[in-house]
Amino acid sequence: MRRFIVCTLLVAFASVALAIDTDKAFDDPELQARYEHIIEEVRCLKCQNQSIKDSNAFLAGDLRREIRRMLSEGKTDAEIYDFLVARYGEFALYRPRMSGKTLVLWVAPIVLLLAGGFVLVNILRRRMAIPMESDAAAEE
Amino acid sequence: MRFAIPIVVFLLLVVVFSFGLFNDPRELPSPFLGEQAPTFEVASLTEPDRIVGSADYAGKMALVNVWATWCGGCRQEHGFLMQLARSGAIPIYGINWRDSRPEALQWLQKLGDPYEFSAYDEDGRAGIDWGVYGAPETFLVSPDGIVLHKHLGPLDAAIWQEDFVPLIEAGEPSS
Repeated sequence: MRRFIVCTLLVAFASVALAIDTDKAFDDPELQARYEHIIEEVRCLKCQNQSIKDSNAFLAGDLRREIRRMLSEGKTDAEIYDFLVARYGEFALYRPRMSGKTLVLWVAPIVLLLAGGFVLVNILRRRMAIPMESDAAAEE
Repeated sequence: MRFAIPIVVFLLLVVVFSFGLFNDPRELPSPFLGEQAPTFEVASLTEPDRIVGSADYAGKMALVNVWATWCGGCRQEHGFLMQLARSGAIPIYGINWRDSRPEALQWLQKLGDPYEFSAYDEDGRAGIDWGVYGAPETFLVSPDGIVLHKHLGPLDAAIWQEDFVPLIEAGEPSS
């Protein structure tokens, strides 16, 4: 019985283990850490809500292979991101870099937050003004 | 007047959201549009010993079509590509992306071969260089090697007339 449970569990989790790229790509722990970081930052274009780390689409596999190749050639992270952006556009990165094209992405949240704050302050001011006005009206 | 600002904000949001709603997020603008097309040098599908590539269509208006036998949209557009090749309007160059050679050869034998050549991009390196993420993808490359247009998904006569023909006519020096 115990063996049966262990086997069931093994089978149940096997697909999970296979689904993601868990192979150790580099012996050098520093390179491995950089590799794991980069593949989390890159969107799988074929399956757009997954990073290429989480995806088993062949394109994600191809991109992981290219990234491993570039890392072992001593390319910097910036060079690797440049390589991807030149081919797939800024959309390939989960955190697009600041540029003319992506400026609105970075600035919009701040502008919206400021606008919301402005509206909130105005409403609060008005609310605080009302009892004072009615007080003044009562006094008259 | 009190409601003017909320209504304006609401309408602006409607515009923004409908833009988002009717825009297909899978259709990404190619970073190569208006830029120099990527180059490639890959073994030919039909003649494994021959290296084919972008040098073969330098100086010509060309269509680069990324296809594979596992790709449903490629099957769908194949008839149109055959028609286009027969019309002689433009030479078509294939990149056979991440495919199996026997199956790809069988496909061309059965359905016809509209391509001047097909590069056999077995490991997907050329595909990556072209920023390919979903076949079929079709690039219109000008004689001086600029990507004039990219179409994602199966081509047909209507798309061809609307998106490609005007660009080809504008790009070709009128004589």
